Amino acid sequence: MIQGVEVAGLYVRDQDEALAFYVEKLGFRVHTDVVNGDYRWLTVQHPDQPSFQLGLFTPGPPVLDAATAQAVRAIVAKGAMPPLVLTVSDCRAAHARMLALGVEFTQAPVDRYGTVDAGFRDPSGNGWKMIQARR
Amino acid sequence: MSGDPATQDPDLLRRLLRAKDRMDAASHEEWPVGRLAQVSGVSEAHFARSFKQAFGVPPHRYLLTRRIERAMALLRETDLSITDIAFDTGWASLGTFGRTFRDITGDSPSAIRMRQRATPHELGRVPVCIVSAAHRPGLMTAVSEKRRQTTRGTNGSEQQEIP
Repeated sequence: MIQGVEVAGLYVRDQDEALAFYVEKLGFRVHTDVVNGDYRWLTVQHPDQPSFQLGLFTPGPPVLDAATAQAVRAIVAKGAMPPLVLTVSDCRAAHARMLALGVEFTQAPVDRYGTVDAGFRDPSGNGWKMIQARR
Repeated sequence: MSGDPATQDPDLLRRLLRAKDRMDAASHEEWPVGRLAQVSGVSEAHFARSFKQAFGVPPHRYLLTRRIERAMALLRETDLSITDIAFDTGWASLGTFGRTFRDITGDSPSAIRMRQRATPHELGRVPVCIVSAAHRPGLMTAVSEKRRQTTRGTNGSEQQEIP
């Protein structure tokens, strides 16, 4: 067995929108999508990384009260959530493919520090750095 | 200009973030309020007010900090002349660059360059976007206000600024 982090979650403004983004534009696949009353546990997974799930959660009841949920939605929309890093084998190719799919890039690919990196956001405002794996 | 940022509409905030991202991506360009407002899809007056409420600084002041941040990175990491750095980072005159740089960092570009090079950095393993944020200079008061405060030798509270 592998010990370690199994799920880390993002707050998103809309789970259907986030699901479409991460699956159709980033190439993730659904791992778990379970609804229980008002709560929907939704995780996606990178096809190359079966031991890790990325949770896509909306802030709100029953976990958060309405005022807290509103504050979290504002924080996400302002891009103030912590940085996320996606490793890819070819940053320029991934950029071209994702750009054609309408992904909102905040930084075009740049060669630096011996690799290539770009930046994009998900529809909710979560910021990703996309870094080409060093060979 | 009062108002709790948590009460701002998240959809508006997401569009304001887009304008902030555009300044981040091209801080050397000119970003008049009209251009930024267009990116966010709101009126100019609404944009300036909402941006400050959301991000704590007026849009133009945010742009200046980003330019100085880039200039500091170029001073640290390249051998470009200070004149080249001034023009590369969006200033129309070397004088304005030097003055704004001193107002924000408290030191001249050449002094910062010497000091940065003398200090070893442990940031090689941190993604560059995060490195630049870690080096972001603070600019909590308007540049002109900071200059007045320095002259008076006081630390007065932030003055209201017309965005």
